[in-house]
Amino acid sequence: MELFHDPKIDWLGKKWYFLGFSLIFSVAGLLSIFFWHGLPLDVDFRGGTVVRVKFAQKPDADRIRSAIDKAGLKDARIQQPYGPADNNEVLITLSRSATTESAIDQGRATVVSTLTQNYTAGAQNQGKLDLDTVSRSALTSWLEQNDPEHLGNTTDAETRYQSQANDVLHYRDDEHSGIIESVGDLSGVVDPAVLTAFQQNSWLSGFSVRSVEIVGAQVGKVLQHQAELATLYSLAGMLVYLWFRFELIYGVAAVVACFHDTIITIGAFSLSNQEISLTVIAAILTLIGYSMNDTIVVFDRIRENLRLSRREPLAVLVNRSINQTLSRTVLTSGLTFLTVLSLFLFGGEVLRGFSFALVVGILIGTYSSIAVAAPMLVAYQDWRSSKGRAATLPAAKKARV
Amino acid sequence: MKTNIKTRLIVIAAVLVVCVIGIIGIPQGVSGSALKQSLLNRIHLGLDLKGGMHLILQVKVEEAIGAQTDTDVAAMQSDLQKNGIVGAVVTKPDPNRTDFIQISGVPANHTNDVRSILESSYSARFDIAPGVGNTWTLTMKPTVESEAKQRALDQAIEVITSRTNTLGVSEPIIEPYQLGSYQILVELPGVDDLGRVKDVIQSTARLEAHEVIGGPWPDKQTAMQSVGGYLPPDAELLQSVPGASSSGSTGEWYELRKIPIWGGTDIRDAQPGHNPNTNEPEVDFYLTNAAGDKFAAWTGANVGKDMAIVLDNRVQEVAVIKGQIRDQGNISGGGITEQRVKDLSMLLRTGALPASIEIMQETTVGPSLGADSIHQGVVASIVGMLTVMAFMLFYYRGAGINADLALFLNLVILLGFMGYTGATLTLPGIAGVILTIGMGVDSNVLIFERIREELRAGKSPAASVDQGFAHAWTTIIDTHVTTIVSAAILFLFGTGPVKGFAVTLTFGLLANLFTAVFVSRTIFDSNLSRKLHGEPISI
Repeated sequence: MELFHDPKIDWLGKKWYFLGFSLIFSVAGLLSIFFWHGLPLDVDFRGGTVVRVKFAQKPDADRIRSAIDKAGLKDARIQQPYGPADNNEVLITLSRSATTESAIDQGRATVVSTLTQNYTAGAQNQGKLDLDTVSRSALTSWLEQNDPEHLGNTTDAETRYQSQANDVLHYRDDEHSGIIESVGDLSGVVDPAVLTAFQQNSWLSGFSVRSVEIVGAQVGKVLQHQAELATLYSLAGMLVYLWFRFELIYGVAAVVACFHDTIITIGAFSLSNQEISLTVIAAILTLIGYSMNDTIVVFDRIRENLRLSRREPLAVLVNRSINQTLSRTVLTSGLTFLTVLSLFLFGGEVLRGFSFALVVGILIGTYSSIAVAAPMLVAYQDWRSSKGRAATLPAAKKARV
Repeated sequence: MKTNIKTRLIVIAAVLVVCVIGIIGIPQGVSGSALKQSLLNRIHLGLDLKGGMHLILQVKVEEAIGAQTDTDVAAMQSDLQKNGIVGAVVTKPDPNRTDFIQISGVPANHTNDVRSILESSYSARFDIAPGVGNTWTLTMKPTVESEAKQRALDQAIEVITSRTNTLGVSEPIIEPYQLGSYQILVELPGVDDLGRVKDVIQSTARLEAHEVIGGPWPDKQTAMQSVGGYLPPDAELLQSVPGASSSGSTGEWYELRKIPIWGGTDIRDAQPGHNPNTNEPEVDFYLTNAAGDKFAAWTGANVGKDMAIVLDNRVQEVAVIKGQIRDQGNISGGGITEQRVKDLSMLLRTGALPASIEIMQETTVGPSLGADSIHQGVVASIVGMLTVMAFMLFYYRGAGINADLALFLNLVILLGFMGYTGATLTLPGIAGVILTIGMGVDSNVLIFERIREELRAGKSPAASVDQGFAHAWTTIIDTHVTTIVSAAILFLFGTGPVKGFAVTLTFGLLANLFTAVFVSRTIFDSNLSRKLHGEPISI
């Protein structure tokens, strides 16, 4: 089965359409960055506190906000729902002002205590064991101290309680994402005496903190700086490598295409108001490498054809090269796109930004190899011939294997 | 040709076996859970998959310098007095410059004496210079200062390490972070009691005894007014914990002499105990011999005065000195609980932190999120892989089987690398595996498309396969090198999870160079060798 039987599309003839398409998306992205959503930065770069909380019931954003306001944290942002709605998860973001360098953990501690007090029945259940948030060591020592099975203070008792605590946590964390629906559900997990002790002396707050990320302003700036350096080095490295393998103009054309891809991808983040985190930067850097791949495939073929026939007009030769490689360009990008799409759909919220960058980037990267890099080569040669210099594109150094 | 193929097949089989051993070690059993256990033993999971805490701490090394110069100021003052130079005052005039000491009020006829005293005892560590109007300034030498800061950092790392050991965290990572910034990276996998961990790590546990000059006052303003609105340079105002001087007292302020009678490293041991009279929990601490001597001398000379026990810059207890105290004391009162007594004794035993610690960054992943992330990552990988495999079979028919085998082997080799090098698998690392699947199969596509082209041009199957591999080789190298260079830059500049991504991507691409070319070629050749000359291959 073959998708492309000897295509003969005039790519360079369509270059104005391509230019228009690229311009629309780049300008839309840039406008959004400067005037609409701005450049949405994740807490990695911005500094601040992000707490991800899961609730047993569907969370009420207004009640959560009033609970947090009561604790004095005025400008909290609540994203609800976070992820699929039936996960009952909420993302609470506290700005940098609530994250002073000297009390960096204050924001998170306040969020947890105010949710316990004001959102759930924490005030009535002071001092009781909260099965939703208890840690392994605290649960083990509670069992040992209360000794519901009347085993005394032996090492046998220790082991038994430790293993039951492990079972409870395995049930809660590994199988039920951190929330226990009702104490009765533990009936198969722990001994009956322990279950009775739980029913009498514990409660379920109905929420569980799944992750916390706190970044002080100073660290945020350092990470920003690192990300910028990495991007610059990547682009410079690519330029040098292509200069070495081909000629300078090929390198410049490829780097311009990559730059175009990066701007459109970041613009897409701004347009859809998604946050750019460290992993998103990693995805963009990977994209730069990947976009080079496509471009190299096309350039390789152009170089090969140049060596075979120096009389053809350049535009015709480039068209032919692109058509010859169309099958493999579309297939390789398509297959990588399928795997990245799978990541986007099934990979979860933590990787959402990362996979979005790759999804957009792979599409744009393939497009730019054909619509930006190749036309640039032809435009460069046209410019050179209009200046009266040599009318053929340098065929580049012999390929080294 | 046939033996060549056989050797190559043996090589491939050997690589397969070696990598499987890398992934699961020598399995204890063949049941599903035993294999899963072996897998988990070999492959290290990152914090974002295992759950745990990641902290970047800043050690405030200037405090350590400050403590050192405080001791120097006291020593200088007593040296000058011993040599009969009255009226000289030794201070640190600038609170922001902890390495800068000033001596003022030196009588003019003693200038040379002062100079010789200073040079004999302090010139090794300080740059001594005369100043205007009978003053002298001493600035700590830069090399001495940076050495002291480095020592403070090393000591902080030691103390934090021993404290986290008592918490029972397995495989903690505690190491310096970012050369020259005096920061510490702490990674504690599997920790779920965040409040207790942070208390244990951050508590400086600096226990000191100070002479009480004035107080108690109900709040800071009253205290300042009572000392005449201006605090002498050798005194400080500290607040007490509720219940410090008597039950019912709440957070009063005292004026204490800044230089402690003893403190920090003078404590030899600390144990939890009970007050013999009230049976309340208390911490019993013991001083070293040298400190004990100093303390005995001081208490003997100051009977009837007040003394304050200060813990982490809060006044813990105020007591009247009734007689000579040698080397033993206790911390009690203030509603201290059993758990706190145990923790506090441990903190005092493992040593005080030389300076206070500030948390610059904290990332905590709960265990439930870790489990979910693994689950989602694995599902995405399997879906991606099956989609790609199905497509290759559909589009390239017989050659598709070839590509799928190579892809499967690619994954096994990748995981084998991870197992052998002990590299950490993070959530972006799983994404890297998925990306490798996509990119890996690209190499196969390049080769197959070229083979189809050659076949269309009329060449024989054997020649087409040959040409296909030959021409595609340069492009494959190019594409792999560019992506690996990107991954290398990510590894250099990235944090933990991103490093994991760079690692799996690089390993995957290296493995792909082997499978897409060597393995694929071998399968093609063995296929061709079984066909008659010119018989078409399925591609």
